Amino acid sequence: MKVLLVGEYRDGKILPSTYETVAFARKLGAAAALFLVADPSDLPRFAGKLYLAAAQQCGEYNPEGHLALLLQAVQAEEPDFIVFLHSAYGWDLAPRLALALDLPQISEVVALAEGAFVVPACNGKLRRTLRPLGQRAVLTLQSGAFNADGEPAGTPQVAPLTWAGSAVVELVGYEAASRGAVDLSRAEIIVSAGRGIGKPENLALIEGLATVLGGEVGASRPVVDAGWAPHERQVGSTGQTVAPKLYIACGISGAVQHLAGMKKSGFVVAINTDGDAPIGEVADVLVVADLKQFVPLLTGKLGGV
Amino acid sequence: MKILVCIKQVPDLESRFKIAASGTWYAAEDLAWRLNEYDEYAVEEAVRLREASGEGELVVLSLGPERAGEAIRKALAMGADRGVHLLDPLSHDKDPRQIAGAIAEYARGEKFDVIFTGLQSQDRGSAQVGLLLAGLLALPAVTTIVAFSHEAGLVTVRRELEGGARAVVKVRLPALFTCQLGLNTPRYPTLPNIMKAKKKEVRTIAVTDLPQVAALVRTEKLAFPDKRGAGVVLEGATSEVADRLIAILKEKTTVLK
Ligand SMILES: Cc1cc2nc3c(=O)[nH]c(=O)nc-3n(C[C@H](O)[C@H](O)[C@H](O)COP(=O)(O)OP(=O)(O)OC[C@H]3O[C@@H](n4cnc5c(N)ncnc54)[C@H](O)[C@@H]3O)c2cc1C
Ligand SMILES: Nc1ncnc2c1ncn2[C@@H]1O[C@H](COP(=O)(O)O)[C@@H](O)[C@H]1O
Repeated sequence: MKVLLVGEYRDGKILPSTYETVAFARKLGAAAALFLVADPSDLPRFAGKLYLAAAQQCGEYNPEGHLALLLQAVQAEEPDFIVFLHSAYGWDLAPRLALALDLPQISEVVALAEGAFVVPACNGKLRRTLRPLGQRAVLTLQSGAFNADGEPAGTPQVAPLTWAGSAVVELVGYEAASRGAVDLSRAEIIVSAGRGIGKPENLALIEGLATVLGGEVGASRPVVDAGWAPHERQVGSTGQTVAPKLYIACGISGAVQHLAGMKKSGFVVAINTDGDAPIGEVADVLVVADLKQFVPLLTGKLGGV
Repeated sequence: MKILVCIKQVPDLESRFKIAASGTWYAAEDLAWRLNEYDEYAVEEAVRLREASGEGELVVLSLGPERAGEAIRKALAMGADRGVHLLDPLSHDKDPRQIAGAIAEYARGEKFDVIFTGLQSQDRGSAQVGLLLAGLLALPAVTTIVAFSHEAGLVTVRRELEGGARAVVKVRLPALFTCQLGLNTPRYPTLPNIMKAKKKEVRTIAVTDLPQVAALVRTEKLAFPDKRGAGVVLEGATSEVADRLIAILKEKTTVLK
C-alpha cells in the first residue's frame, strides 16, 4: 500500500502536524511519500521521497496552485490514499483534490477499522465507520488522533515540483490572534464557562467559583463568539492551549476543538446536565447537574473551607 | 447581486441519540431539529450582503426530507427572498458528493454571484459539500471565513487558522465561501418577519427528478464511542455531591488545601 502525505507550512514554518500524517502512514503500514509547499532550504525530517514546491513561488495559500502541484505528485506516485490533516489547510484542499480525481473523501479520521475508517459524528457524541467504494481515497485526519511516536528523523529525497499559473485567490497576509494580558497557559486552576451558562449574567457564577479557588476564568468558543468573554479567555484549537492542575468545565459539551486546548490538564471536572456529553470521555469527575444550582453550591462550600 | 445560501437541518446536539434500526444512522424519532449552527452564520452574512447590494435576490436551498422545510422557513424569516427545497427523504444515506451533485444540478443554470455554505454540518461534519459544489460549478472558493467584505466585485475575507490567527484573502466574484462560527451575530427572526416568511415562495424539487450521482462512500456503522470509563460520575445538584467532589479534589489534586 502506498500513501501520499500532505504536509503543512505556514508563515515560513513547517507545521508539526506534518509529522502526524507520517505517524498515520506508519500505523497503516504503508509506504509513504510526502508532499509539501515550503521553503526548499528548510527540509522536513522524513526518510522517503519528498515532492517539494517552493512556497516563495507558489504561495502558502493558493488552492488552485497547490491542487495543480498535488495532481502532479499523485500522477507520479499513484498512491492508494492521499492523506491530509483535518485543518484549515487540509479541509480546504482535500475536497478539491477528491473532486479532481473523482475519489471519495473521508473526513476527520480518528481510527482504522479493517480497511474502513472511523470518524466522529454529532460533535463527538457518535462514531461512524465509513468505507470508500473503490481502492483509493482522500483522507483527512483529526488533529491529535495519530500522534507522532518519537522525534521525526531522516533526510528526504527531493523531487522538485514547479507551478506557473496565476493565483485565483490572493493571500494578502496574516493577522496574529489577539492576545490580551491573560496568559491562561500558566494558570494552575481554570474554571471555564460554556454555552450551558445560558446567558451572560451567569458568567458571574463561573467567576465566583474561580475566585474562591484562586483560579482563572476560561471559556468555550460560543461564549466568546457571543461577546460574553474576550477571545483571550478562549480555550481550544483556535484559542489558548492550557494545562492547569485543575480544569473545571461548566456547561461545555467537549467538542474536539475544545478538548484540543485542555486535554493536558492534570485533573478535569465537568459539570453538565447531559450525562452523555463527550466531555465525559476526558473528565476525571463528571457531575451531572444544572450548573446554575451546582456551581453556587460548590462555591459556597469552598468559600467556607 | 444573486446570492445562494445552502443550509442543512440537523438535530439539536443536546438530544439523547439512539441508533436507527439500519445501524448506520441515528433514529430520527424524538429529536428536536434546528438549523445547522454554521449555516446560521452563512444566512446572516448573505442577508447582510443582500441588504447592502439593494437589488438582486437571495435564494436559500436545503436538500432533505419534508421537515427540512422548517429550516428553509427560518432562513426566509431571517431575510432570504425565496426557498428551494430539494426533497430527499433518504438524504441521510447520501454522501457529500451526492448532496453537492444534486445542489449543483439546481444551481448550475442560475448563475449565482455569491454562494455561502457552512464550514461543516454539525451531525456529519465532513466539511466537503461547499467545496465540492464550488468545484462542480467551476467557482473559486475560500473556506473558514470569519470576516467578509465586498466592494465592486472584489471580496476580501479573513480565513481563520489554528491558534486563532487569520489569513487575509482576496478573490473576485463569482465565488463560494464556507462560513465559520463567529463570522457575525445571526439575527433572531422577528414575529412580523416570521409571518412574512410564510408567504414567500418555496419551490420543491424531488431529487429523484434530478440526474443521479453515484455514491463514493458507504457507511458501515454508527455507534457510541467506547467510554474511557476512568472517570467518576456524580449525579444531582445536592450538598452531598458537592461534598464528595471536594473530598475527591482534596485527595486527587494538590490545589485544594
Ligand atoms: C475549526 C474550528 C475551531 C474551533 N475552535 C474552538 C475553540 O478553540 N474552542 C472551543 O471551545 N470551541 C471551538 N470550536 C467550536 C466547537 O466545535 C464547539 O462548537 C464548541 O466547543 C461548543 O461549545 P460549548 O461546549 O460551550 O457549547 P455546546 O456544544 O452547545 O454545549 C453546551 C453544553 O452545555 C450543557 N448544558 C446546557 N445547559 C446546562 C446547564 N444548565 N447546566 C450544565 N450544563 C448545561 C449541554 O448539555 C451541552 O453539553 C471550533 C470549531 C471549529 C470548526
Ligand atoms: N443536505 C444539505 N442541504 C443543503 N446544504 C447542505 C446539505 N448538507 C450540507 N450542506 C451545506 O454544506 C455545508 C458543509 O456540510 P458537510 O459537508 O456535511 O459538513 C453545510 O454547512 C451546508 O451549508
